[in-house]
Amino acid sequence: MEALARSLVNFVPVLGGVPLWTITLLVMVASAAVVLVFALTFEGVGSLVLRKVAGDIQARIGPNRVGPNGMLQFLADGVKLVLKEDIIPARADRLLFRLAPYFVFVGSFAAFVVVPFGVGLIAADLNIGIYYVMAVTSLVVVGILLAGWSSNNKWALLGGMRAAAQIVSYEIPVGMALIPAVLVAGSLSLQAIVKSQGGLFGIFGWNLFHDPFAFFSFLLYFTAAQAETNQTPFDLPEAESELVSGYNVEYSGIRFGLFFLAEFGDMFIVAALATACFLGGWNVPFVSVAALPPVWGNLLSLGVFLGKAFTMVLIMMWVRWTLPRLRVDQLMRMSWKYMVPLTFVNLLGVSLWLLLFHGKGIPQMIASLFG
Amino acid sequence: MEALFFILFGAIAVGGAVMVVTRRHPMVSALYLILTLFAVAALFVLRHAHFLAAIQVIIYAGAVVVLFIFVIMLINVPESRLPVERATIVRVAGVIAAGLLILESAVLARRFAMPKAPVSGVGTVEAVGRALFTDYLLAFEVTSVLLLAAVIGAIALSNKKL
Repeated sequence: MEALARSLVNFVPVLGGVPLWTITLLVMVASAAVVLVFALTFEGVGSLVLRKVAGDIQARIGPNRVGPNGMLQFLADGVKLVLKEDIIPARADRLLFRLAPYFVFVGSFAAFVVVPFGVGLIAADLNIGIYYVMAVTSLVVVGILLAGWSSNNKWALLGGMRAAAQIVSYEIPVGMALIPAVLVAGSLSLQAIVKSQGGLFGIFGWNLFHDPFAFFSFLLYFTAAQAETNQTPFDLPEAESELVSGYNVEYSGIRFGLFFLAEFGDMFIVAALATACFLGGWNVPFVSVAALPPVWGNLLSLGVFLGKAFTMVLIMMWVRWTLPRLRVDQLMRMSWKYMVPLTFVNLLGVSLWLLLFHGKGIPQMIASLFG
Repeated sequence: MEALFFILFGAIAVGGAVMVVTRRHPMVSALYLILTLFAVAALFVLRHAHFLAAIQVIIYAGAVVVLFIFVIMLINVPESRLPVERATIVRVAGVIAAGLLILESAVLARRFAMPKAPVSGVGTVEAVGRALFTDYLLAFEVTSVLLLAAVIGAIALSNKKL
């Protein structure tokens, strides 16, 4: 950030009179604002795409009234959510009820800050990137629990309980399944992990193809993350058929909207982490993006990253409308009896592989066979 | 600049801690505890100990406080039946203890001056990992055996027939 501020001062000499930390602060605020705008746009358009995909899969049309082919439906939804009356139940804990959606939204949005969108397009390249994401998303659990409890509604309480139990259970396989990517790159920074997947091998440089364990851990990550963000085969906290709508049943207006946006934000975070850790991030096969002129390099890498991430989001929606919902006990059993042990075995496998083959992946070994 | 942030986050941490022990409703106390934990994590970040900050938030705010909130929710005491601490002697003792603590920390701060610049390489992933697997290897392994025993014990207690 400070380097960016300094180059800005060099570029616009008038700014030289302003203290550097003011400019640094402004650059920080500006980059956070850009990320926020991206997140909100994605969440809006995402809700439309979700409904369109649902329509396609269930052999119906989906939203088609607002704008050409229903393209402006999300704007109408947004306006509706903002204008609707914000109802607080009479017996609810007013302060906590009002506070809860912000916990959920902040927890989900704060993770966008470390997403490596391109070569130089990252709001903050923290050296603990992956841990930062896990840390801020832990706020979501608190928000959901608060929402469930403060609504003073049995269904909301049950939904909140389920959500918290589920998120806490699946946090462990999610973290453990990401560690292989960290081990291969030797860094927790998402930007460093993406860089470690570039090079001569094109798409075979991706961590996905590094070794069999890494491939398997991508599948484990994707499944566990789907559960951690309460997506449909695992959306028990909402389970319309039994809990009405779970922890957010008493919410209306923009407070409901915040829960809704956070859910789409979580979807993108899962897709972005999968892309950055296993699918090569913004690396373009056989093109060194960092060597291109900054504008073109950034645009190209941004396009590649978003393309991969959006594909992952589409796959998540596809899964969502295809598989039936699990039962609560099945869900818990799957996490503690199957996914947690599998991720530990997998972690052991990757570590042994890196130790035995001196950090080389399968593509490098094949390449060295041919000299 | 750094001193300013230190004072800001330090004040938030101390203020949050005071609110934790003075609020009547345990749920509100738990929320202030989260605020305090985040402020302490921010203090770690100011000392360039990013790893410690993240672990602090993941373990305490993400797991321990969530457990607290779970228990508070499950017990769910109505507001009218919450106990109120009335004994004056306890309050007086609390004030005296707090005074002693402040005095003690002042003495400590005078004796061991705080380092001005952040010490590099303390509290990063590399530093913590190296320390755990070299200097404190025995303690680390013994702790993990202890935790394993605790996990097995919890399973044995909760599920008699296994």
